Amino acid sequence: MTAAPDHKPTFADLSLSDRIGKAAPYLLIPVLVVLGFLAIGSTSSWLTLTVSGLAMGMMIFIMASGLTLVFGLMDVINFGHGAFISVGAFVGITVLIWLGSWTGAPSLMLNVAAVLLAVIAAMCVTGALGWGFERVIVRPVYGAHLKQILVTVGGLIVIEQLIHVVWGPEEIFLNRPETLKGAFTFAGAAIERYRVLAVVVGLVLFVAMRLVLRRTKIGLIVRAGVQNGEMVEALGYRLRLVFIGVFVAGSALAGLGGVMWGLYQEVITAGMGEEMMILVFIVVIIGGLGSVEGAFIGALLVGLLQNYIAFLEPKLALISNIGLMTAVLMWRPQGMMPVVKAK
Amino acid sequence: MLTRPLSGDKPRSTVLTVLLLVILVALALAPFLFPGVRSLETAARICIFIVLVASYDLLLGYTGIVSFAHTMFFGLGAYGVALASVHMGRGWGALLTGTVAGALAAAALALVIGLFSLRVRAIFFAMITLAVASAVAVLVSQMSGLTGGEDGLNYQIPRELTPAFRLGELFGVRINGKLLNYYLVFFACLILFLLLLRIVNSPFGRVLQAIRENDFRAEAIGYRVVWYRVTATCLSAAVAAIAGSLFAIWLRYVGPDTTLSFEIMLDILLMVVIGGMGTMYGAVLGATIFVLAQNYLQSLMGVASEATEALPLIPNLLDPDRWLLWLGVLFILSVYFFPTGIVGRLRSGR
Repeated sequence: MTAAPDHKPTFADLSLSDRIGKAAPYLLIPVLVVLGFLAIGSTSSWLTLTVSGLAMGMMIFIMASGLTLVFGLMDVINFGHGAFISVGAFVGITVLIWLGSWTGAPSLMLNVAAVLLAVIAAMCVTGALGWGFERVIVRPVYGAHLKQILVTVGGLIVIEQLIHVVWGPEEIFLNRPETLKGAFTFAGAAIERYRVLAVVVGLVLFVAMRLVLRRTKIGLIVRAGVQNGEMVEALGYRLRLVFIGVFVAGSALAGLGGVMWGLYQEVITAGMGEEMMILVFIVVIIGGLGSVEGAFIGALLVGLLQNYIAFLEPKLALISNIGLMTAVLMWRPQGMMPVVKAK
Repeated sequence: MLTRPLSGDKPRSTVLTVLLLVILVALALAPFLFPGVRSLETAARICIFIVLVASYDLLLGYTGIVSFAHTMFFGLGAYGVALASVHMGRGWGALLTGTVAGALAAAALALVIGLFSLRVRAIFFAMITLAVASAVAVLVSQMSGLTGGEDGLNYQIPRELTPAFRLGELFGVRINGKLLNYYLVFFACLILFLLLLRIVNSPFGRVLQAIRENDFRAEAIGYRVVWYRVTATCLSAAVAAIAGSLFAIWLRYVGPDTTLSFEIMLDILLMVVIGGMGTMYGAVLGATIFVLAQNYLQSLMGVASEATEALPLIPNLLDPDRWLLWLGVLFILSVYFFPTGIVGRLRSGR
């Protein structure tokens, strides 16, 4: 028997271009912010726009993260996700209106408590709704994309119409809680308080999600499931249960996003989820299907770009997102950071 | 004798044949069988939607691609005719220019969208068409200088197609321009439908069905799947645009609500699914049943809603404005329990 030949495996360092290629999506945000500064010229308006762009991006990210994970994990594209956004907004705002005396008081504690209660109620309802939606609507059509799209669109319509039945067909106007109203001045720029809150919530959520996905066992299973579901099942994990958990969590996050968006716009309609879905889809596509980081970057890009363009050239704002999507897809046809291999 | 115009694709079911013949005769003689403005409107709507739904079925049923931009193409054709009539003045030239320009624009847009999304994965297509279609709908309602915004556009069509043009009477029915207009719509739709039937029964159509069943295998046999998918998208877009032009000629008005709204997209989806995906005859049945139901069931719902006024919540559920709710439920149920639609049922129960 001859000895195995000498073999010293070495890991070659990534070449410079590979590294830049990997980091490029992350670099896009600072580049866009700097470009925005150059194009706008005035520091104060640039700062205002950047904060509102970031706030909008964070809220879109909250709504998009669940969708992209659900797709990555189970290859299910849920067009009904928008319905959870609307339901979340309606439930949350209803709770806030009940707690009118708390939100009207100029006390930070009471305001925060009211918003927290509203968010919890919204997330519970949309989470439960997500669970039911998965059981009734999605489960019979696993593996068939065509039917999934059709059936979830049907679900979207039904839930949207039920909102009309329960809350009436008119839009609901609301007031933000006292302490979240108004703006403060920073470096000569007026910055709305609520937007700062939205940015903070979004960042906290992103960090928490990354921690859960990268540092915990359940996160490991989820990530492995996205990469290769069959292998994970072969190792003895019941991916179905994990998937239901992700679906419920994603629906609850959509509800949270709905409440936040409703408070941001100060008006809610049953069709708001459908409108947001279009932004959410753009974000998920440019981020790369299945990628939370990609969705985060994509959401920030969409939010910032829309705000900058709306300031510079209002007429172009409508198609800026489509333009961004086109540009990203020309650069990387799979999206910026695709996790799921094209099937 | 009939096999040739039908491209050899016979209904393959006695009941279906009878139903199709009844619909054909009823539509062909609609002005004489059902006199009245409302029934003629309904008949023209059915004709146009049959073509629109059939062109969508080319995409959904035959190629297996979900698109949410079909109303956008429909609208492109309609606005093509409207804009040409507004800017070139009343005349046949304007109608023709508008129709051709609309169809070409729709095909070009479909080509761009298709090249962007279909080369990666077909599922992108659904999301991207949704985004593009909504952007276009917003653009149309915002650019009021060109498109009339939310109000839409009114314009004049050649005098020969309007009620003011009188020819006399036949079987007690006044022969006027409106009647000629109806027959223009009817025959154009018949030709377009037979053309679509020809396309899906050609070798090209067979390849599309192969792609729907197993795209990987089709690619392995040597067919350029992307090319076929993109071509099908362009064809379907062009036919939808022509249907839109006919709709514009018939209505003498275009607006975002009548041509571009997401609700029409849902109607189309529902007609395809109810009639039966993957067969052109499904489009005929689906469109006919749906348009009839839409026109006459909604009034029934109003009656039911008033009758149950004393009960809580139920009148809300039965309100005619909640029509979409029941459509949605019906839609989900038919995708689950009725995936082959009416035509599939009729053929298997032969």
